[in-house]
Amino acid sequence: MSKIDRKRLLREMIFFRRFEDRTFEAYMERKIGGFLHLYSGQEAVATGVLEVIQADRGIGFDYVITGYRDHIHAIKTGAPAREVMAELYGKETGSSKGRGGSMHIFDPSVRFMGGYALVGQPFPLAAGLALACKYQKEGRIAVCFLGDGANNQGTFHETMNMASLWKLPVLFVCENNLYAIGTAIQRSTPMVDQYKRLAAYSIPASQHYGQDIEVVMEAAQSAVDHVRSGAGPYFLELLTYRYRGHSMSDAGAYRSKEEVAKWVQQDPIQILAKRLIEAGELTEEEFKAMEQAVQDEIDNDIVRFAEESPEPKVEELTKYVLEDKPNPRWIGPLEAQGGGHG
Amino acid sequence: MAELAYWEALRRAHDEELANDPMVIAMGEDIGVAGGTYKVTLGLYDKYGEERIVDTPISENSYTGIGIGASMAGMRPIIEIMSINFALLALDTLINAAAKIRYMSGGRAQCPIVMRTPGGTAHQLAAQHSARLARLFMGTPGLRVVTPSTPLDAYGMLKSAVRCNDPVIFIEHESMYNLKGEVPDEEAFRPLEGAEVIREGTDITLIGYNYSVHWCLSAADKLAQEGIHAEVIDLRSLKPIDRETIRRSIEKTHRVLVAEEDEAPVGVGSEIITGIIEDCFFALDAQPVRVHAADVPVPYNYHLEKLAIPDAKDVYQGALKVLGKV
Repeated sequence: MSKIDRKRLLREMIFFRRFEDRTFEAYMERKIGGFLHLYSGQEAVATGVLEVIQADRGIGFDYVITGYRDHIHAIKTGAPAREVMAELYGKETGSSKGRGGSMHIFDPSVRFMGGYALVGQPFPLAAGLALACKYQKEGRIAVCFLGDGANNQGTFHETMNMASLWKLPVLFVCENNLYAIGTAIQRSTPMVDQYKRLAAYSIPASQHYGQDIEVVMEAAQSAVDHVRSGAGPYFLELLTYRYRGHSMSDAGAYRSKEEVAKWVQQDPIQILAKRLIEAGELTEEEFKAMEQAVQDEIDNDIVRFAEESPEPKVEELTKYVLEDKPNPRWIGPLEAQGGGHG
Repeated sequence: MAELAYWEALRRAHDEELANDPMVIAMGEDIGVAGGTYKVTLGLYDKYGEERIVDTPISENSYTGIGIGASMAGMRPIIEIMSINFALLALDTLINAAAKIRYMSGGRAQCPIVMRTPGGTAHQLAAQHSARLARLFMGTPGLRVVTPSTPLDAYGMLKSAVRCNDPVIFIEHESMYNLKGEVPDEEAFRPLEGAEVIREGTDITLIGYNYSVHWCLSAADKLAQEGIHAEVIDLRSLKPIDRETIRRSIEKTHRVLVAEEDEAPVGVGSEIITGIIEDCFFALDAQPVRVHAADVPVPYNYHLEKLAIPDAKDVYQGALKVLGKV
């Protein structure tokens, strides 16, 4: 990886951290409603895996799908950060035109096929995207991000069975942050190492340290190579940690201060920054300037765009339920001639 | 004009749509090598291969979800679920995903899937193989729900459903697969919306959908022997409902009965009669009546099953009640 790449990735992770912190502030100001699940602490996972997957844009975007902790996956896939913020504000300029909110960011223009708020639901949808990739033979793959809690849903087992049976080109990325909402992993499954569960489905799987983006990228590269080769799915487990509670309504009291402090010491941004500074690729001053520039961009551009954007029109409440202008030949009205009963 | 059985009509629609568009695939349990529980995909595996006619494991929620995911990437899957009871396992992907993806993406993504499944009671299949559940899907925004009652509609509506960009719940009936009817030799489409007056009359309107249409027709025959002219409406689509056709008929007959195989509480008839009260209260000369299933799990015993599920006789007697003749 080049020096420039490492600096860019550092800046991206700072951007993602600040983006989430800013949404926290906007939520407290009551400008963002509903549920809000933040990604802070896990940045190296989405940044590293998606950097590898979409390094080769010759074939265009691969499909990416995820759960409800989806803002950063969307932005790193290519959804404009302005539109993601506007979606959180419920504005017409949002990624889903204000109809989806935090948990349902979509941007099919970059093949980001959504965040979903039913735990485990994206597994089969991802396999379906992969089925289409395999059938259409354009060289694409599908990538599915989900937390460790999702692996206890039936969809995990059903989908792994079919994905393996049909050798679908899908990369499952398990973001193991050790908690399913507020329940510690050892209290929800006897098999704490998630990658070991895949042996039951003959899917190759491995576990890696998810706080070091270079470790993530190396692991992701070999997983992606496997999937792109046509050998079938791969399950990548990355050990990570979320700093905040599950959502804004969760203070995270089920975790000890010592545990949180231990993980904050393993901050993905600090790990990479320290490495770059020690290697002489970055100075402390440059790092600080980078943080300031990101903050300015988010406050002056991203948030401003969201705040100044219009609300959806009330007369469009029922738009997008069904197709706007379906072909009347298929849909209606009923032909005058030729009744169904002869 | 050929006479086809309902299952043959569905099979022909599959064949033509698979031939027409390479993005059309069929998925489901036993539909490939085994040819389908109701023969609807018989021979298509040999003709189109395993990539187009996909035999799935018994995993309804996830294979339906796989169909939905594939549809988001440009495919047009026809998903067969062997019995509507098993569709309950797929409700998450159908109701929480397929029905909502267009809306919660602000119209940027869509799920053009068809979920085909037989609802209804056949012969002594007992509680877990006799559900109807049309009412469950018609209460979900973002879905289309169609209930073809003839081979012509089965053929033409399935072709339309495959080409429709919305998710379509296509409800068949276990007792209708061998029903015969005329289907034109040339390609034809039947629209997914719009009820149809299938028998003209002046004295009472009988409204049915799916199998209950046939009870209405046979009740109308019996009423005719007594000089009563019943008009029969085949709803064809439960979502959306064609309230206009119902209104026009009631303004002519001033009396109405709704026949459904679903149970009554929160049934299809509840919705239809509410619409009638809203649209044509002052045109009614008598209280509307609904004929519906008993509010019990369907029993295995032959006689008890008969009691639980209505038939043409119940429609006939219900009509006499509306007409004030009992």
